[in-house]
Amino acid sequence: MSNTDIEIVVDDPTAPETDSPAVVSTGVVDVVVSLLLLVLAAVLGWDNWRTGAAWDSTGPEPGYFPFYLSVILGAASLYGIVAAMVSRKEAVESFVTRAQLRRVMAVFVPTFLFCLATQYLGLYVASFLLIAGFMRLVGKIALWKSLLTAFVFTAVMFVTFDIAFDVIMPKGPLEAALGR
Amino acid sequence: MEALGLLLHGFAVLLTWKTLLLMMVGLVLGIFVGVLPGLGGPNGVAILLPLTFTMDPTSAIVMLSCIYWGALFGGAITSILFNIPGEAWSVATTFDGYPMAQQGKAAEALTAAFTSSFIGSLVAVLLITFLAPMISSFALKFGPPEFFAVYLLTFCSFVGLGRDAKHKTVISMSLGLSLAGVGMDTVSGQLRMTFGSADLLRGINFLVAVIGLFGISEILLTMEERLALRGHAAGISLRVVLSVWKDLPKYWVTLVRSSFIGCWLGITPGGAIAASFMGYNLAKRFSKDQASFGKGRIEGVFAPETAAHASGTSALLPMLALGIPGSGTAAILLGGLMVWGLNPGPLLFVEHKDFVWGLIASMYLGNVVGLVLVLTTVPIFASILRVPFAAVAPMIVVSCAIGAYAIQNAMFDIWLMLGFGVVGYVFKKIGIPLAPFTLALVLGNRAEDAFRLSMIGSGGDMKVFWSNGLVGSITTLAIILLFWPLIDRAFAGVSRLLRPAKA
Repeated sequence: MSNTDIEIVVDDPTAPETDSPAVVSTGVVDVVVSLLLLVLAAVLGWDNWRTGAAWDSTGPEPGYFPFYLSVILGAASLYGIVAAMVSRKEAVESFVTRAQLRRVMAVFVPTFLFCLATQYLGLYVASFLLIAGFMRLVGKIALWKSLLTAFVFTAVMFVTFDIAFDVIMPKGPLEAALGR
Repeated sequence: MEALGLLLHGFAVLLTWKTLLLMMVGLVLGIFVGVLPGLGGPNGVAILLPLTFTMDPTSAIVMLSCIYWGALFGGAITSILFNIPGEAWSVATTFDGYPMAQQGKAAEALTAAFTSSFIGSLVAVLLITFLAPMISSFALKFGPPEFFAVYLLTFCSFVGLGRDAKHKTVISMSLGLSLAGVGMDTVSGQLRMTFGSADLLRGINFLVAVIGLFGISEILLTMEERLALRGHAAGISLRVVLSVWKDLPKYWVTLVRSSFIGCWLGITPGGAIAASFMGYNLAKRFSKDQASFGKGRIEGVFAPETAAHASGTSALLPMLALGIPGSGTAAILLGGLMVWGLNPGPLLFVEHKDFVWGLIASMYLGNVVGLVLVLTTVPIFASILRVPFAAVAPMIVVSCAIGAYAIQNAMFDIWLMLGFGVVGYVFKKIGIPLAPFTLALVLGNRAEDAFRLSMIGSGGDMKVFWSNGLVGSITTLAIILLFWPLIDRAFAGVSRLLRPAKA
């Protein structure tokens, strides 16, 4: 068969190194998350208790069902804290290595900025900035390709949602200036 | 048979150019998300859901379910050509699929994968066609206690039968159920867990959570991996397709076995992942030539693919008949149904006949169209992987944000989505399963309503859950399943005690 001779090869120059040191172990994160869940359970439980978690003449009060759920959540998180502390496997397991964290942050930070930009500049401007910026700065793709891709994608989204389907997205000063 | 007549009517509803076009678009988008690393069935459906908000419910669900079929097909492409399972359930496909591609038999492997996917889905759809109306008409007799018992059964079976740490499943589930209660209480109109925030008044939208949990977190997780890949390109010729099809009857035992496993695991919340591995392992165990598995045996592709698709499809059966999704993706489709004001459950079969049978008919048609489409377009989709992830990732983020915003037109939801993205990332890394959370969030309100209505009906007496044979046996089964690991261990202990006595 000759049609399998062609190979597809894609490189990943910024791949995280495999020997990068771990930032934090899974065990520690597990304990911290379980603690946070315990706090959340306490807060939700308290709020539901305040709303009323008992029975009245008509049946269970509004807080009844969620109150007992937060009790279950609290109990399970408490168990989770103990289980995570005694687990030897989790203590040595790496949650995230430094190189991995760098890559994750390379996506998370732009995403966060994108959400912020959406709030003030509108979604379409923000997505143009996100795509162009991400491709150029993180992906190291040629500037013209980045700008073109970002423009085409944003334009297609605008036409699809705003014009064709009438789904209104958050808009900012640019759209206002253009009268949309 | 009544079902057949209604099914034919369903086909008649579907056979318009517009619907067929939507189907093709859905399939292409689905294959696309299936092929892309870090995106799969649930993510794809969640991200593309807002596209369908402006359509009528039938077109929308047809498109969504086609995205789902497409994603199922797409997962096989990367497993075979690149040894990268696009989905967890295609891991077993790589065992024999990739060796086949290395031996220059990529086209055969792909044809086998697509064909067996098709067969698996078809068996499951047949099951849905005949079983779903029966179950739903039976379920019409259910009152609130019965419904609560069924919900309880679903939740308990997740805890008891799931392979994740039990307390983590419980955490995930109770968190989902609690968050479902945020906002205005539907019975009394009182506010719950809003802490004075006007944004929380609306409650935590299920779809916003899902887009964050599956879309955003998946991108974060994908970035951790090395994204370089190396694989084979393949075109499928008609000659190869026909030669594989000609050999199909030889493998009928494997196909039937895998379909059966898939359907069974799909209906119970075991999922496609377990089904694909079980299908593969059983095919290997029953084979005369076990050593050749893993070295490029076509049966090793048939078995897991059939099982995975049968399971993925039959997961829609409990969703349609009872309103209880059998998988994460089914839960998202269910969330979609609610957006269009359709209340999934037994009444759907009575009140929205057109819709239900349109959907079932679209399962048949979608799979046929999908098979043809995927066989003809594999080379194009394989080359999608050449698009750098740095270009794909921001587009996915934008699509997620559009999706999250469009649901309730609220900026708060975009932030909520980002928050859930981080939660999903951390949860996945410390082994808290997301499927129970998804299920709990979508079923939470209905489970609570069923509970409260049955309590009001019985005057607060818990015995209502054992008040008749039906509800009693479901509740008891739920409790048995909840403690199944303990019961199983007890049985094992007893049999170990007895064995030395026999020997």
